Amino acid sequence: MNSTLLLNSFRFVILLALQVVIFNNINFLGYINPLPYILFILLYPVNANRAGLLVASFFLGLVMDMFCNSGGVHTTACLVLAYFRPAIFRFSFGISYEYQTVKIADKLSPERFSFLLIAIVIHHFVLFLLEIFRFNFFWEILLRTLLATLFTLLLSIITIYLIKPSKR
Amino acid sequence: MQQIINFIFKNSIRLLFLLLLTISLTLTIQSHSYHRSRFLSSANVITGNVYQRVNNVKEYFNLRTQNDNLAKENAYLKQLLYNKPDTVIASTELIPAGYEDIKVIQSKVINNSFNVHENYLTINSGSKDGVKPDMGVVNSLGIVGIVENTSKNFATVQSILNVKSQINAKIKKSNHFGSLIWNGKNVGYAQLIDVPRLATVRKGDTIVTGGRSVIFPENIPIGKIDRIFIDKATNYYTINVRLFNDMTNLGHVYVIENVKRKEVIQLEEQTKTDE
Repeated sequence: MNSTLLLNSFRFVILLALQVVIFNNINFLGYINPLPYILFILLYPVNANRAGLLVASFFLGLVMDMFCNSGGVHTTACLVLAYFRPAIFRFSFGISYEYQTVKIADKLSPERFSFLLIAIVIHHFVLFLLEIFRFNFFWEILLRTLLATLFTLLLSIITIYLIKPSKR
Repeated sequence: MQQIINFIFKNSIRLLFLLLLTISLTLTIQSHSYHRSRFLSSANVITGNVYQRVNNVKEYFNLRTQNDNLAKENAYLKQLLYNKPDTVIASTELIPAGYEDIKVIQSKVINNSFNVHENYLTINSGSKDGVKPDMGVVNSLGIVGIVENTSKNFATVQSILNVKSQINAKIKKSNHFGSLIWNGKNVGYAQLIDVPRLATVRKGDTIVTGGRSVIFPENIPIGKIDRIFIDKATNYYTINVRLFNDMTNLGHVYVIENVKRKEVIQLEEQTKTDE
């Protein structure tokens, strides 16, 4: 139990640091940045305390907002993702997911892929919707969501493959 | 009472979610409204220091262009100095007339964003160096933005690439005023709106800051006219301005303080209340 806490705190700091120092500066095509820091929420233990996840996601987003000067945009998006995570689990892995030992950080299967995809789309859509905050930019919101989702998804899968051995 | 407690226990997760969501949405909406101080900003101790460290490394990659820009500016200033008719004049009088009330603070951009609709920069001088909110920020090529928040050692700057920004500007040749805004699309271009149709505008004309602003002194370069659109509904031009500054590559900047700004604002407010 203690090692889970330690591992997650470690992940929290490392993912934030990588996001701020590297991934926020990629600016692919001028404006597309991947956001793999949400892996913290996705890789959080499946059966762990939900309140803990909500509070942790809140602070994760809050720190991101401080670095990005974006008000509460990341905070809201992370909270929404954390709150709907069980629902996405149920959708991707079937109703009884809690009884199986679901591991996200494992070989890519259709279930894991759909889980990642849905989670990233939800997070990015909320994020860009609130960041742009104007409905006359609706197509731009969709375009940014789409492009950033592809980028984040790719990076998330790579990251999961990279950290897998250390987790076993 | 029992039922209320039961309800709270049963829905504790949902209630926690709603509570946190309210906080975060409040922060979001606050950040989108005009003239509101921001609670979360990259000018605080932790974020400022992180950006300072990151920038210390990143600086090496564009030292050459930064040096070129500074050298060019030095050359320009030297030219001004040598072309003074009387060399006996004390150095303070080298400053052109009308600029005596302006103080300049040297600073450096340590974090720059240009990929969202509301872009902010972080600079490495704060209230300790005399930087206060609502001061103008320029560099050798043109305007950069307006200081929004300060901490002891850092300050955040609302970039001109921010859909909230609105800066008084004019066409240099004809002195027609307009407002400089950004439509959130291209980082190389800003838009000048509300220019009356009477004005003669041509492609290639220079746009500079106008005299109506108390934040920027007059005649600081902004950009060149790239395309001109005529608004059918109103009697105004909308002009696409190609910025002189490359907003994606900023280094040394100057924070401008208008010493008489307070007096002007006080006077204007007094006039308003008198009416």
